[in-house]
Amino acid sequence: MTPVLSVQNLRVEFPTRRGVLTAIDDISFDIAPGEVLGVVGESGAGKSITGTAIIGLIEPPGHIAGGQVLLRGSRIDNLPPDEMRRIRGKRIGMVFQDPLTSLNPLYRIGDQLTETITTHTNLSGSQARQKALSLLTEVGIPAPEQRIDNYPHQFSGGMRQRVVLALALAAEPELVIADEPTTALDVSVQAQIIALLKRLCAQHGAAVMLITHDMGVIAETADRVAVMYAGRIAEIGPVRDVIKQPLHPYTKGLMGSIPSLTHDSDRLVQIPGSMPRLTAIPSGCPFHPRCPRAFTPCPTFRPELAPEQNSQVACWLYTPFPVAAAAE
Amino acid sequence: MTAAAEHPPEVLMRRPSRLRAILDSDLVYSFLRSKVTVAAAIVTLVIVLAAVFAPYIAPKNPYDLTQISILDSNNPPIWMEGGAWPYILGTDDQGRDVFSTILYGSRQSIAIGLMATLFAGMLGIALGLFAGYAGGTTDAIIMRAADIQSTFPAILIAMLIDGTSRALFGEQRNETVVFWVMVLSIGLSFWVQYARTVRGSTLVEKSKDYVLAARLIGIHPAKILFRHVLPNVVGPVLVIATINLALAIITEATLSFLGLGLPPTQPSLGTLIQIGQKFLFAGEWWIAIFPGITLAALVLAVNLLGDWLRDALNPKLR
Amino acid sequence: MSLVAPAPSAAVEPAKPLVEVKGLGRVFDVSKPWLNRVTEGLPRRLLTAAADVTFSIGRRETFALVGESGSGKSTVAKMVVGLIAPTTGEVIIDGVSMSARRQESERRRLRRRIQMIFQDPYASLNPRWRALDIIAEPLRAFGIAQSTTQIAQRVGELLRLVGLDPADGTKYPHEFSGGQRQRIAIARALACNPEFIVCDEPTSALDVSVQAQILNLMRDLQDRFGLTYLFISHNLAVVRHMANRIGVMYLGRLVEVAPAREMFARPKHPYTRMLLDAVPDLDLTGRKRKPVEGEVPNPIDPPPGCPFHPRCPSAFERCRVEVPLPIAAGVATVRCHAVEEGRI
Repeated sequence: MTPVLSVQNLRVEFPTRRGVLTAIDDISFDIAPGEVLGVVGESGAGKSITGTAIIGLIEPPGHIAGGQVLLRGSRIDNLPPDEMRRIRGKRIGMVFQDPLTSLNPLYRIGDQLTETITTHTNLSGSQARQKALSLLTEVGIPAPEQRIDNYPHQFSGGMRQRVVLALALAAEPELVIADEPTTALDVSVQAQIIALLKRLCAQHGAAVMLITHDMGVIAETADRVAVMYAGRIAEIGPVRDVIKQPLHPYTKGLMGSIPSLTHDSDRLVQIPGSMPRLTAIPSGCPFHPRCPRAFTPCPTFRPELAPEQNSQVACWLYTPFPVAAAAE
Repeated sequence: MTAAAEHPPEVLMRRPSRLRAILDSDLVYSFLRSKVTVAAAIVTLVIVLAAVFAPYIAPKNPYDLTQISILDSNNPPIWMEGGAWPYILGTDDQGRDVFSTILYGSRQSIAIGLMATLFAGMLGIALGLFAGYAGGTTDAIIMRAADIQSTFPAILIAMLIDGTSRALFGEQRNETVVFWVMVLSIGLSFWVQYARTVRGSTLVEKSKDYVLAARLIGIHPAKILFRHVLPNVVGPVLVIATINLALAIITEATLSFLGLGLPPTQPSLGTLIQIGQKFLFAGEWWIAIFPGITLAALVLAVNLLGDWLRDALNPKLR
Repeated sequence: MSLVAPAPSAAVEPAKPLVEVKGLGRVFDVSKPWLNRVTEGLPRRLLTAAADVTFSIGRRETFALVGESGSGKSTVAKMVVGLIAPTTGEVIIDGVSMSARRQESERRRLRRRIQMIFQDPYASLNPRWRALDIIAEPLRAFGIAQSTTQIAQRVGELLRLVGLDPADGTKYPHEFSGGQRQRIAIARALACNPEFIVCDEPTSALDVSVQAQILNLMRDLQDRFGLTYLFISHNLAVVRHMANRIGVMYLGRLVEVAPAREMFARPKHPYTRMLLDAVPDLDLTGRKRKPVEGEVPNPIDPPPGCPFHPRCPSAFERCRVEVPLPIAAGVATVRCHAVEEGRI
């Protein structure tokens, strides 16, 4: 089965006057049709840039410096801007963090919805409006016939994010990329929105790439999760396995540092230091200066993702490293 | 943590070299990369230095009546027929050497321009800070005053003040008074832009947590304004000031051109242009053109510097 | 000039509370400017950010205020430290009322004992000041240290205390990461040896692993210096880890106050239950979640009666009309008619 999205050895670089910064360094993953893949990481890990790179919206002078992005088997990273524009919206829908900026405040939401629908499908204006109404009902906007002609500022934060979801699904995309869709919302609204996201995408048959720093959201929504660190994927596997039995020391530290709602702990697990800046990424495994289990190969050799139990991990603890090379 | 063990804290906290920090900065880098800006900076520097060192460079002092001879009047520049040393660019109708007058005149123009900009800046920043921080009625009063003033063209305001001063002091004013009247009148017509910008930035900064933290400790509001808020709102002011400097110089030249500025015995660039204007059609073009070129070059160079500064300081464009 | 370190005590002292908040309320006038109101015929608009908030904090205790947006918890925090004046009620610190008129010297002494840590590590430090000056400001303001040597020494101590290198004092805020900036903010708060620190969402803007470092640091400092915390947060898991007692706020009212363990084991108020239910299930217990209805209403136009009634599964007639008063329910204090009548 062809994966909906296949990212292979992707590399994104930003040339600056102090040298070339590598924001994402050789990452690979697939998303199967209908699957929800969570991409989790702290700030500076490169998860947002991954999403932006896939839809081709990296701001120059940043650019994709290597690897490929395939949508249902065909490359999209090297397409000219007009073709990429057609793909955005039609085949890939996007949900961003701040609903205030994803919706144009000057246009009614009904107009924005119908515009997206008519641009990407063959429906006429009135058919598009019907579809918009049904979408609004689906995302749970009460009294959609009245609210379709409202402006974005007349909605609350949670309602706006529902409208953004409707917009993202309007053209029946195969993939929805959601970048921190619930971070700006209250906890109670967050629960509603992630449930909605999961249900709707399943109903419409869209795969989801859910980018967030919140492990809780991943636990509730995702099937598989990729943990990113300093522009690389540290671990990727089924959600249950990664959360309950993390393999990579970073994932272990991450899970241990999250306070639990169900049991008390005297002290939270603390990973010393902080995520390295792009200008100072350590050699070998980027996590080695902070890793409690770092040993001989870690400062020099960079580990690649290798299968381990149900997941894949990039760590020398699980992969035998080339002894001959280390002996040099 | 190793350094902490060996040295006492006072040694460790000695500040690193400021010069190094400046030379390394993004600002200097973007400056050196833009050829236009470097050229503009050179032009400005040349004119300013020439003006500053005028007494040493100029062949004659055009303000010293003993050095002028009416017999030398209306001489063309040295490369034309009839021109003679030391009058490189010719002489005006009073026999003053055009080159020397340009140097001395630039002095006046630049001095007045700088002082006026400084005055406008200080007044505008102070009022802007007050209005932004105090809010309420104080803010309303200051901003309405600004609105009212901005409906008048700057020249008109300058003329108004100048006329008032003439009435107060009589026509036979001594030269220092004229200088400061010019500074005052030009400065007063330009404070509004500073005030508005600074007020806007102050409104943003005053609700930031670091201001709250200072209020929590009980720091006096005036101290908060000048030690906390001011350093953070001053950035855009520099850009406005540079462009305002060009405007101030032009305004001074215009006032002098209209005969409202410096007395004819101490001509500035504007006065020269005015004098020369009469002789343009008579074919004695050098009296108006050379000062005109100098003025245009100076103003253009300063404007370009202001443009670069605005782009360099704009975080979004970096 | 060393730091004072009273003997750490594990238990919360039952003696007279350090902080008492009684009937605290704050109303903001958010009407349009006078001119607009006159010409457009608009009424005054008042926003009740907080109403009738009463709680107390014992010495060495951590009291948490949780709530979502519009709950008023930040406003209460600012009133407790004195940055905003309350419209009703009063704040009493160690028996001394903050609102009564008093001399400048007394106010200064009081101010010295209360400090605050803010949410945004990027906005709480002046970007144009060096870390050294930022931390030294309270030292200079309260006259604790005067000479450059004294100040440098004390700032060095403080930096080491929060886990930073004293040599970092010469750096500017933008040279630090978010977690490090928050450490500087904590060092600044500790500079004048306060007893009581109000923490307004101190880790909400930080990454999870950095949050763990900061929370651990705050607990260590509390144990070492016998600090009392008022901890504001929207994150229930963090609050569970840090707090001894918790107050839940909704639309400006304190709807439940209970010891932490009790609140998580047996939440009484329907909103508390809903809040706990809404927190994502990181332990993957697969628990069934009751679907949550609605969103927080606009605080300018709150619902009449109990503010939670439009979203409450147990609401009935009385709730639409009458604002519930706080009642005791076990060791908790709750504002709920349904709890009062024993229906839930």
